[in-house]
Amino acid sequence: MNKAEILVIGSGPAGLKASLSAADQGAGVTLVERDPFLGGQLVKQTHMFFGSKEQYASERGFKIAEKLTAAAEEHPGVRVLKGAAALGYYDDNVVTLELKGRVLPVSYDAMIMATGAQENTLMFPNCDLPGIYGAGAVQTLMNVYGVLPGKRVAMLGAGNIGVIVSYQLLQAGVEVPAIIEAAPEIGAYHVHASKVRRMGVPIYTSQTVVSAHGSDALEKIIMVELDDSWQPVPDTERELDVDVLCIAVGLTPLTEILFQAGCEIAYIPELGGHVPRRSAVMETSVANIYIAGDVSGIEEASAAMVEGTIAGLTAAFNLGYGRDSYEQKIAAANLELDALRKGPTGEKIRTGLQNLKKTGEVRQ
Amino acid sequence: MRIQVHPILEFKKGKKISFTYDGITVEGYEGEPIAAALHAAGVRVLSHSRNFKRPRGFWCAIGNCSSCNMRVNGIPNVRTCVEPLQDGMTVETQQGRGVIGGVPGE
Amino acid sequence: MLEKTGVPTPAQVEAVKPSPERLTEGPVVIVECFQEIPCDPCYTACKRGGFLPFADINDLPRMDFAKCNGCGICIGACPGLAVFVVDETYAEDKALLMIPWEFLPVPEEGNMVKGLNREGDVLADVEVKKVRSAGSHNQTSILTLIVPKKYAHDIRSIRVD
Repeated sequence: MNKAEILVIGSGPAGLKASLSAADQGAGVTLVERDPFLGGQLVKQTHMFFGSKEQYASERGFKIAEKLTAAAEEHPGVRVLKGAAALGYYDDNVVTLELKGRVLPVSYDAMIMATGAQENTLMFPNCDLPGIYGAGAVQTLMNVYGVLPGKRVAMLGAGNIGVIVSYQLLQAGVEVPAIIEAAPEIGAYHVHASKVRRMGVPIYTSQTVVSAHGSDALEKIIMVELDDSWQPVPDTERELDVDVLCIAVGLTPLTEILFQAGCEIAYIPELGGHVPRRSAVMETSVANIYIAGDVSGIEEASAAMVEGTIAGLTAAFNLGYGRDSYEQKIAAANLELDALRKGPTGEKIRTGLQNLKKTGEVRQ
Repeated sequence: MRIQVHPILEFKKGKKISFTYDGITVEGYEGEPIAAALHAAGVRVLSHSRNFKRPRGFWCAIGNCSSCNMRVNGIPNVRTCVEPLQDGMTVETQQGRGVIGGVPGE
Repeated sequence: MLEKTGVPTPAQVEAVKPSPERLTEGPVVIVECFQEIPCDPCYTACKRGGFLPFADINDLPRMDFAKCNGCGICIGACPGLAVFVVDETYAEDKALLMIPWEFLPVPEEGNMVKGLNREGDVLADVEVKKVRSAGSHNQTSILTLIVPKKYAHDIRSIRVD
């Protein structure tokens, strides 16, 4: 059987950093990615990142992906398997992969799950019409493959993803007649909102989409205003002609294999739904399984990178690598995470992590 | 509809190739997802819901949701949003659940 | 207002403006960053001490306008594209305004473009005086516009027709 000392599933910001930090400590890493390229969702991020120097602030996401991909592929301690989807967990520390149409079982000493998240959808009449797409899906189509999603695209959701993808639609030459947000306030960083607003894109808060219309594909949406209790205000319905509606209403952690492995899971809405319980250094309740990034709670990519570092260091440490430098490196990473989560925009994640912790301490 | 010029990105495209979509010859770039090539060619309906035959298109683009499943080279339920396009592929709208090794249209 | 529409209030804009005296002394930076987010590249980009040190990465930028020479290096460093430079000393009724630009077409020097306010409304026709890259690893362009002085604190974007 194929053997991996540390098996890392997913090569987004968390998985790449986990692989590099574990391999730097001397551990042997096998990094598995279902796409034919590394980088996860970083590859389609054309905007400059926030954060600090340590998390590549001011660099564009796809450039960070290029940098970390090169580092992983050149690292003698990292074996990269691209086009390999993790299928399932088996007892005795085995995960099966689908690689080139074949099933490949891999056994591991430690596994770091960095599987990320998937986009949430929203129910309304005709919400399944072609032309209604996930905002992240549109970002992939447009920024990875250079294909335009449509001519006139409305955005449902004014969180960071909705507002950033709207800006990127404008960059690709697409008209964005509306960003629609059911909440009374914009969830995105306000600087992102100001960037699209001054290009003439209106942001409608306390509004939502009640239905979509079109014969074979989307032709128009009906918007409505919402009152303080999120109920539609009578006689405020209006039509908007669009050929695409992007849905950007949050993400859900991709935890299937962790459920299967028997990790203790808690439902924490602030973290995006069902998330594994974990220790401060990213250990789950199942021995030798670690987590990092969005699968452990929806957060910014900068935090995912630091969590990846922590998970990689800890997995390596528990296998006997990097005993001398562990404490110091973990302390530095924790300082970075604390700084990223400290401000008002970190309130949701702080609350979520507190609520997760209230479910009990994790002991492997 | 493809992006011709972009302020930030340069697109590395594969070789221009052709494939068939329900019998019609369509052009695309080798290695891009089948659904991306179809979308660029103006095809938005990729599948239909099983019971009510409602049109379905692209949705998640990460191979999770099955909204883009089509029959490719006779194999049903291929996730076209992640399946790389190859020269000469036969891509068909799938009817029903699909039959492995079955005849086209089943 | 900012949290509902993406447009800052006049009071917010006024609060980050350099003093009238400083504005008469030549080019100076204006940072329209009104929300504490974990982000500090403006501070690390400036080698002149124009940005006061951040105690916490979530701090709002605080300026020492006396140390700023309006070079604009921080414009391309800001991930939020929230930094601008205004030079009110350019001419009697015209000011220079530097803005970040990440769209196509990138205008050419001498082009006339539409000057837009923070809501995307056209305020005036403005001339592009200078176009420069924000750096070899950064695809943001920095445009220097000649704008009516009365709109120097209102125009924040352009449209190239």
